[in-house]
Amino acid sequence: MLLIHCPYCEDSLPELEFTYAGEAHIARPADPSALSDEEWRDFLFIRTNARGPHYERWRHIGCGRFFNAIRDTVSDRFLTTYKAGEPRRPLTNEAAE
Amino acid sequence: MSRYRLQGKGRVDHSAPVSFTFDGKTYQGLRGDTVASALLANGVHLMGRSFKYHRPRGAVSAGSEEPNALIGTSRGAGRFEPNTRATVQELRAGLVTESQNKWPSLSFDVGAINDRAYMLFSAGFYYKTFMWPKSFWDKIYEPVIRGAAGLGKSPTEPDPDRYASRYLHTDVLIVGAGPAGIAAALAAAQSGADVTLVDENAEMGGSLLSDPAVLIDGKPAWDWVDAQLGRLRAAGVRLMTRTTAIGYYHQNMLGLCQRLTDHLDSPPKGAPRERMWRVRAGQVVLAQGALEKPLVFDGNDRPGVMLAGAAQTFLHKYGVKVGDNPAVITSHDSAYHAAFDLADNGARVAAIIDTRESPRPDLLDGARKRGIEVLPSHTVTTTRGRLRVKSVRAAPVRGTQVGTGRDIACDCLLMSGGWTPSLHLFSHTKGTLAWDGQTFLPDRKTEDCEIAGAGRGLWGYADVLADGAAAGLRALEGLGRAGHQASFTVANDRPGSGVSHTELPTDGNAGKARAFIDFQNDVTAKDIRLAVREGMRSIEHVKRYTTNGMATDQGKMSNINGLMIAADALGKEPPQVGLTTFRPPYTPTSFGAFCGYLRGETFQLTRKTPIDPWAEANGAVFEPVAQWRRAWYFPKAGEDMHAAVLRECKATRASLGIFDASTLGKIEVAGPDAVEFMNRMYTNPWTKLQPGRCRYGLLLGEDGFIRDDGVIGRLSPDLFHVTTTTGGAARVLTMMEDYLQTEWPELDVWLTSTTEQWATVALNGPNALAMLKPLVEGVDWDDFPHMSCAECTVAGLPARLFRLSFTGEVGFEVNVPARHGLALWTALIEAGKAYDICPYGTETMHVLRAEKGYIIVGQDTDGTVTPGDAGLDWAIGKAKKDFVGKRSLSRPDIVAKGRKQLVGLLTEDGSLLQEGAQIVLDPNQPKPMKMVGHVTSSYQSTMGHPIAMAVIEGGFDRMGETVFIPMPDGVRKAKITSTVFYDPQNERLKA
Ligand SMILES: [Zn+2]
Repeated sequence: MLLIHCPYCEDSLPELEFTYAGEAHIARPADPSALSDEEWRDFLFIRTNARGPHYERWRHIGCGRFFNAIRDTVSDRFLTTYKAGEPRRPLTNEAAE
Repeated sequence: MSRYRLQGKGRVDHSAPVSFTFDGKTYQGLRGDTVASALLANGVHLMGRSFKYHRPRGAVSAGSEEPNALIGTSRGAGRFEPNTRATVQELRAGLVTESQNKWPSLSFDVGAINDRAYMLFSAGFYYKTFMWPKSFWDKIYEPVIRGAAGLGKSPTEPDPDRYASRYLHTDVLIVGAGPAGIAAALAAAQSGADVTLVDENAEMGGSLLSDPAVLIDGKPAWDWVDAQLGRLRAAGVRLMTRTTAIGYYHQNMLGLCQRLTDHLDSPPKGAPRERMWRVRAGQVVLAQGALEKPLVFDGNDRPGVMLAGAAQTFLHKYGVKVGDNPAVITSHDSAYHAAFDLADNGARVAAIIDTRESPRPDLLDGARKRGIEVLPSHTVTTTRGRLRVKSVRAAPVRGTQVGTGRDIACDCLLMSGGWTPSLHLFSHTKGTLAWDGQTFLPDRKTEDCEIAGAGRGLWGYADVLADGAAAGLRALEGLGRAGHQASFTVANDRPGSGVSHTELPTDGNAGKARAFIDFQNDVTAKDIRLAVREGMRSIEHVKRYTTNGMATDQGKMSNINGLMIAADALGKEPPQVGLTTFRPPYTPTSFGAFCGYLRGETFQLTRKTPIDPWAEANGAVFEPVAQWRRAWYFPKAGEDMHAAVLRECKATRASLGIFDASTLGKIEVAGPDAVEFMNRMYTNPWTKLQPGRCRYGLLLGEDGFIRDDGVIGRLSPDLFHVTTTTGGAARVLTMMEDYLQTEWPELDVWLTSTTEQWATVALNGPNALAMLKPLVEGVDWDDFPHMSCAECTVAGLPARLFRLSFTGEVGFEVNVPARHGLALWTALIEAGKAYDICPYGTETMHVLRAEKGYIIVGQDTDGTVTPGDAGLDWAIGKAKKDFVGKRSLSRPDIVAKGRKQLVGLLTEDGSLLQEGAQIVLDPNQPKPMKMVGHVTSSYQSTMGHPIAMAVIEGGFDRMGETVFIPMPDGVRKAKITSTVFYDPQNERLKA
């Protein structure tokens, strides 16, 4: 069972307290009606399906907050977590360690 | 006393005899015995029949890796366990055991005919046999194989025992309490770290318990172990015996299964049988030692053929001589010590057959002193003996030539093919392994762990102790603590080395050799070579084709031998062929241990409403809805469900019904931007909804499909009381939180789940208003039409009152703080007597709503239904620029013709349809028929005929058409109608 660091609680807690919430950094378009059918389809359904570091969202059930994470889908390791709304973190060596 | 038991020897209590039975016969063992050691002390080697060929088998090991000696054990009524390893099960008074895979008896078994027919059961048997012909499967293969297959008998009764579970956080967890583990624990216990040392055996000490003559720091091994365990205890180290580390998971979490009572004569009543520990460790030291490998030769599986190290363990730990006249076949130095120790205890060792050319001079010396003949550069070509080995045929080997053999009489044969580091737990972490020419050693680590001692290929106590101490110190340093490096002096050490082999050379017909690799699954060397000949290239394919290593022992003994032979057959180096993956659990683990407390009533929480006690006292039949237990219907004497529901429906439509709706999800949406938030989340327009009014709200996913619905009241400009479906409450709140936190953090809104804060009672029927009015204070009835809400008091209790209807009758929902729920209910029941008030359950609620065509999200919708499909276009705020899911409602697939739409169905013959039944337009079309939809809801109704709802392709344009529902007992005809069967003009709501 993984330990996941909640950036709001600032604590590493058991996986059981968290739920997965899909890929991160897919913002809802400000004006969906301005999007073509293809663009809207991509927003709804097209995801990266990364092998390796993956930007994703998790929710800490304990505090109720959604946050972002980079998780390696091969090793299942969390490389980093950060608050919702923060910009996409670069894949630095530190993060990838 | 049996002549195989050595007086005063071993760690068993010679003054404490213990009786047990095996296959109905009573035997005596000693306290401290395992079933295997006790049977061996009685001269019994034959302990079972093998899985496929039903060959007679005895214990081949003395530990948890045992593949052969699997027995059924019974601990009294309902407490039968198959496949218990006789080498692990401790003896206790009155233990009842039985052998497996035999009929009619262990010594004469009819199934052993499989052994004669072994040519038919070779590698790939399962794949080849069942290819042809198809019809044979049902009639021949399955019945025959089901009869013959299986390992042991499954228990037939529920497990009556309790199982516990615990969490543990520790600085250092050390797995294995042999010399390396103890040395590691001594090192790690310095400077106050929290240290846990676990061992799967009943006693700590590991291999030292089988090597009592070794001196450490001047002390005999057993005294040294006692002294160190005392030191560890004094240092506060947690020592756990009978505790198997079954799995090694991410971030240094390990699962430990602790056996608590199976060894006790009479376990304390209610004591848990096993306890699962979930341990999070700062550092882990794996000191699991090594497992001895069998050698592969014809007849290496007869009872009496066992690992040399096992014989040494039976001798020293249990005081049991496994035979009077052992022979030894070895490719490793360690077996010499087993032979010497047996000779020193009165056994006549027939010969030590060594595959190597030049055994170590000191070992040859030791043999000469004891008068033991050593045969270097020899092989074993076969063994004889039906139920017990009687002789072994040894033959000289020169180059590839096998010379003339000779039969050596013996009553047991001790074999050693060297030792395999036990790296199962390490492999669970995806740590990589490196091949050193003989075996695999740990290479790259993925977790904070150290591997020490024989577990990383070291041999000899001096090296192992030093390595354990160093590993313990590194673990301590990994925690940021310091300690000093301990050193040990070892006398009478037993260092050694050896070589790995494929099958031993033979002068016999290799194709006929019964040289076993996997004893539990009856896989021979020939099977592996056949698999390679038939095209298997990867070890994973060889494994599946032959089933090598796929038994419950996960190939602890067989994997390396199988790999060596497969690599040889492929002409490759073993690492190029690869090793199969070890997976948790390390040893077979009971389901009970995994379940722990999560069974029966404590498997899942049962949520009960504040009114539940009344329902129970008044004879409600309950049904589970999400995690809730809800009153389903309230039968009166002699009523079945149908009669009760019909009575409840009619009473409600005629006068007054009362229903516990407390399970409805409730969310409070509050704040200055609450109305903006509601506008964005729900399809409906909320801006113009006045405080004191409510509205049906529809929630979509961003994909445009219906997710939830419920009536929502606006209590004040910035406060909405949202209700959701019973099962959807948590989901809806999560979805709202997601949008609020991550898409619209600028909105000033708070969301609070209030499901359990309110008890909700629904009153429905033409007399609902008359009955309720006198109980209410604070409501202006002149301005409280259908779809109103107010904060007021009801029966003197603070309340949120909603006027709404899910039945088509005049209806109210009274919310009071949960602690007042029961008081409200009883007050309403009392006041309702004048109107023949009728309590009803969820079934009546379903019927009444279906008669009005009100949908239930999740029953009439399935995640592919849009508002348009469900006939709910009216609930969409078309003037709104945006809301969740709006853009999707104009996607090409959503506006396309032919979508499944929700309609009503009335059967022509007045029969009740089955929910989920498929619908076709032409019942005479060839199969497979084109299915155009399915029945979503179906009930007996108050209108004298059943009603149903269904989703049907293009259903709105098929009003009045007939469709067909093929059922096993014939095809039903039904007419498509509106979903509103009752009071389509809503006249009754206006009363
Ligand atoms: Zn948190």
